[in-house]
Amino acid sequence: MVTVAHVQLSSCCGCLVSLTDTYEKLLDVLGAIDLVYSQTIADAREIPEADIILVEGSVCLDDHHAMEIAQDVRKKAKILVALGACAATGGITRFCRGGQMSKPIHSSFSPITEVVKCDLAIPGCPPSPEIIVGLITAAIEGDMEYLAPFSEFAKNNTEACGCDVIEKVVNKSLCMGCGCCAASCPTRAIEMVEGRPLILNEVCIKCGCCGFQCPRIELPKNVMVLE
Amino acid sequence: MDAFGNYKSVISARIADKAVLKKVQDGGIVTAAFVYGLENNLLDGAVVASVGEEFRAVPKVATTVEEILEAAGTKYTTCPNLSVLKQAIREYGCEKVGVVGTPCQIIATRKSLKYPVGFRHMNDKIALTVGIFCMENFPYNGMKTIVEEHCGVKMDDVAKLDIGKGKFWTYTKWGETKSIKLADTHPYEQIACHVCTDYTAELADISTGSVGSPDGWSTVFARTEKGEEFLNGMVESGYLETKPVNEGKFGLELLAKLANIKKSKNQKEIDHRKEIGLPVPY
Ligand SMILES: Cc1cc2nc3c(=O)[nH]c(=O)nc-3n(C[C@H](O)[C@H](O)[C@H](O)COP(=O)(O)OP(=O)(O)OC[C@H]3O[C@@H](n4cnc5c(N)ncnc54)[C@H](O)[C@@H]3O)c2cc1C
Ligand code: SF4
Repeated sequence: MVTVAHVQLSSCCGCLVSLTDTYEKLLDVLGAIDLVYSQTIADAREIPEADIILVEGSVCLDDHHAMEIAQDVRKKAKILVALGACAATGGITRFCRGGQMSKPIHSSFSPITEVVKCDLAIPGCPPSPEIIVGLITAAIEGDMEYLAPFSEFAKNNTEACGCDVIEKVVNKSLCMGCGCCAASCPTRAIEMVEGRPLILNEVCIKCGCCGFQCPRIELPKNVMVLE
Repeated sequence: MDAFGNYKSVISARIADKAVLKKVQDGGIVTAAFVYGLENNLLDGAVVASVGEEFRAVPKVATTVEEILEAAGTKYTTCPNLSVLKQAIREYGCEKVGVVGTPCQIIATRKSLKYPVGFRHMNDKIALTVGIFCMENFPYNGMKTIVEEHCGVKMDDVAKLDIGKGKFWTYTKWGETKSIKLADTHPYEQIACHVCTDYTAELADISTGSVGSPDGWSTVFARTEKGEEFLNGMVESGYLETKPVNEGKFGLELLAKLANIKKSKNQKEIDHRKEIGLPVPY
């Protein structure tokens, strides 16, 4: 049985809610894995070694507990997954700047992908239940082809932003105006104007969705086969 | 080279309703599919390109037959259909959505189904994808320049636009027909179209276009089981008239020729961009 742990750092728990939002599929998933650690839904106090550790939330660099957990999960996981925007790209915690009670010194937050090497990262705020199940299933089955975009994302997209589709697509003469980026955005920070995305920067929460979904950045081969 | 991608069957067809046939682009396959879907409870909405002011293309979630009919006809400009995909499910509460799109939009739809990162609970609600053949598209002002400067027609007066027989045709609301050579429209093409190697919407459930069939008829591929079942249903319940597709010089042969031209030309552009260090979708 594949062992899975869910670890929460600086986050809202929405990613775990998203995992449980798979209704009947959750039972299939739970049937196929052994959930060895999850503070929200199970009793275990110590993070054990596990095949897959899903980390949600970013790491507060000013909190030594968080830093220790980040190091610890890297050692204990065979596959370390940055689950959701905060873990993968920083997300909303990119805007943290400290000065608030009761820990005004807690001012610096980085996605875990920037603190330790992560094997896979799933952007999204939250990532859809279907994509979490898809990733776990692929990891269990060893479907490396399916996992490739997540491994790529963990390596190269820690600083995601709505600007990604401008810089990597529009500016590179690749945008054909499908509107997929706009639909994927959870905050409606993308408006389509004259067939091109326009980023409302004050609204963008740097979740990484648009850049991940744009078919003109990455077009996995398995998408190109008719099923 | 594989010109068309995988498919189960190919036919020529047109919508049986003669009144509607007048309003559609070619054989009205897209319109017929969505009307059939809505009327037979196989769809409860469709993402389409409706017409805005001055013949702009505006993405829309259509939930009634009237709205489907209103969106018939080709707009030769980018229409971000997918931008309203999630809206169809969230705000309109659709559970069986049809999607029409150019090949790139169908590819984008497939990717969002395979990797639905920002698309919660969408997978099982896309009931049908209908792809339209596409050689290239134009930004709105590109299309406008062709129509206004080259054809001498105001956008407000446009009734229908069409590409065929080597020309770009403008039909006005007052019954006039103007055209220019397709070669003269090349400067206004969307350059991002030049890295696309899909002509016949190879990943759609059903793909359709004008090339390969006589005027007023469409060439139709059923590619997936779902697509074939849908198409058979349309034929059986009398929504479509069909005839065997012409294999010859003005039929599939011509279609294959155009598809291969697009593929090889744009593959060269992809290779060229790679060579000079520009990114291409990987
Ligand atoms: C840019 C472009 C280039 C094309 N090039 C070719 C070609 O080279 N060869 C060929 O055979 N056919 C081409 N077509 C397809 C052709 O023009 C017709 O759209 C197709 O045959 C469907 O006709 P119909 O009568 O079945 O559709 P209709 O029943 O008239 O319905 C057309 C449907 O297409 C949707 N639509 C219209 N414009 C757009 C758009 N810009 N983006 C997304 N959806 C849209 C409408 O919402 C409508 O639902 C092209 C279409 C476009 C948009
Ligand atoms: S998702 Fe579509 S509209 Fe958005 S940047 Fe990519 S190609 Fe352009």
